[in-house]
Amino acid sequence: MTVRLLPCGRRAVLVELDDVLGYQAALTSLDIAGVEELVPAARTLLVRFDPAVTTADRLGAVLREVSPVDIAASASGEVVIPVVYDGEDLADVAAEAGLSVASVIERHSAGSYVSAFCGFAPGFAYLSGLDAQLHVSRRSSPRTRIPAGSVAIAGEYSAVYPSASPGGWRLLGRTDLPVWDVEREPPNLLPPGTRVRFSAVTS
Amino acid sequence: MKLEVVRPGFTTTVQDLGRSGHAALGVGRSGAADRGSFRLANRLVGNSPGAAALEVTLGGLVLRASSVTTVAVTGALCPLSKGGLNSPITLWPGEEFALGTASAGLRCYVAVRGGIDVAPVLGSRATDTLGKLGPPPVTDGMLLPVGDAALGFPVVDLAPRASLPSSPVLRVTPGPRRDWFASPDELLSTVYTVSPDSDRVGIRLTGPPLRRVRTDELPSEACVPGSLQVPPSGRPILFHADHPTTGGYPVIAVVEEDDLDLAAQLRPGQTLSFRPAS
Repeated sequence: MTVRLLPCGRRAVLVELDDVLGYQAALTSLDIAGVEELVPAARTLLVRFDPAVTTADRLGAVLREVSPVDIAASASGEVVIPVVYDGEDLADVAAEAGLSVASVIERHSAGSYVSAFCGFAPGFAYLSGLDAQLHVSRRSSPRTRIPAGSVAIAGEYSAVYPSASPGGWRLLGRTDLPVWDVEREPPNLLPPGTRVRFSAVTS
Repeated sequence: MKLEVVRPGFTTTVQDLGRSGHAALGVGRSGAADRGSFRLANRLVGNSPGAAALEVTLGGLVLRASSVTTVAVTGALCPLSKGGLNSPITLWPGEEFALGTASAGLRCYVAVRGGIDVAPVLGSRATDTLGKLGPPPVTDGMLLPVGDAALGFPVVDLAPRASLPSSPVLRVTPGPRRDWFASPDELLSTVYTVSPDSDRVGIRLTGPPLRRVRTDELPSEACVPGSLQVPPSGRPILFHADHPTTGGYPVIAVVEEDDLDLAAQLRPGQTLSFRPAS
């Protein structure tokens, strides 16, 4: 496996690789001195470190030697998200994908997803594993307000909007399951690595 | 003890040193934009360095204390109705304390002995204006609770501070996507101007556009404070206190953390440039 190390200021290294979550799991278990925080994204893992404890060079030598572990085997549990499929963009998505609306719903709810990373807003999890036929573009003009609990897709990801926000993803439906609640510990229902399924329900 | 907000000024938020360690959940650090000035304000009133204080953009804040207390104002150069900057000021019960309009710099910090004691969210009292976490921005008539967790009384009368440069030069190290740009060193030879649509999320810069050699879409990747992200316009955005945890545009360089305090004091229309960190 190839790992590229990219500079990112005095306190972080950006590691570019394929199996981000497997690599993160391997790094976590090594518990390397000076590593303060790991932030996964689509094709990279940001490794933040304390420059008083380690250096980019010393850390880099370790990071190059780490091999991802198989996290599918160790994954525990699965979050099932009940979805009422009545989203405003169902027809547009069906048209772009060349499918019927019923088939869009069937494919979205048949998928087995993994929370790949969070970003955009607190608790906004990018769920990978979306059926390739449903890889559609974002709206050319984002909506100014998308309600919390909206279930949406864009590109290779699906997501549940954790709070009301503007957004350009295509809306397929909604869920009552709160994916983000600052009063809860942990606040995020879908931290990176979580396995997720969607299940169609009627309102 | 409570502080009454008579007038909030242009924009005033509660800030502390932020909520580190939650970026993997999409939660940024947030906290005071000029951390050095923030820490100094707390030191002057005998607070621990991370006690919550007020960040006042451009001034205009008017407060009234319910009982005798000590406050200190640091950061931007701003006239005060009583006392001076970088120095402890005693307020009497019912006395109004006003900040005028800043004449240099952008953000003042008003610390009160005991710290602002609003409820913390994920371990911090900071208002994250992008992530919408923490207390709402300060408004007229708000009563801000003040805690009693102060340390020993401060012994200094005045903390000397360097004056703010009119056109700062910020030190940078190469960013992860420097090689996506045709001539990345143009970043170092350009004098940029701060755009009026700058805020706590990012300082938007105007200047000649940086041209890219790679035009493919960058999959989202995590960012650090100080990242100079370059959107399709080619004009960099300096990610600041409330920056998004991930971004989808290439980062050409990263401003040194120590220089972010200077950046926090940049006003719209001011110029700045970058030089390589040694």
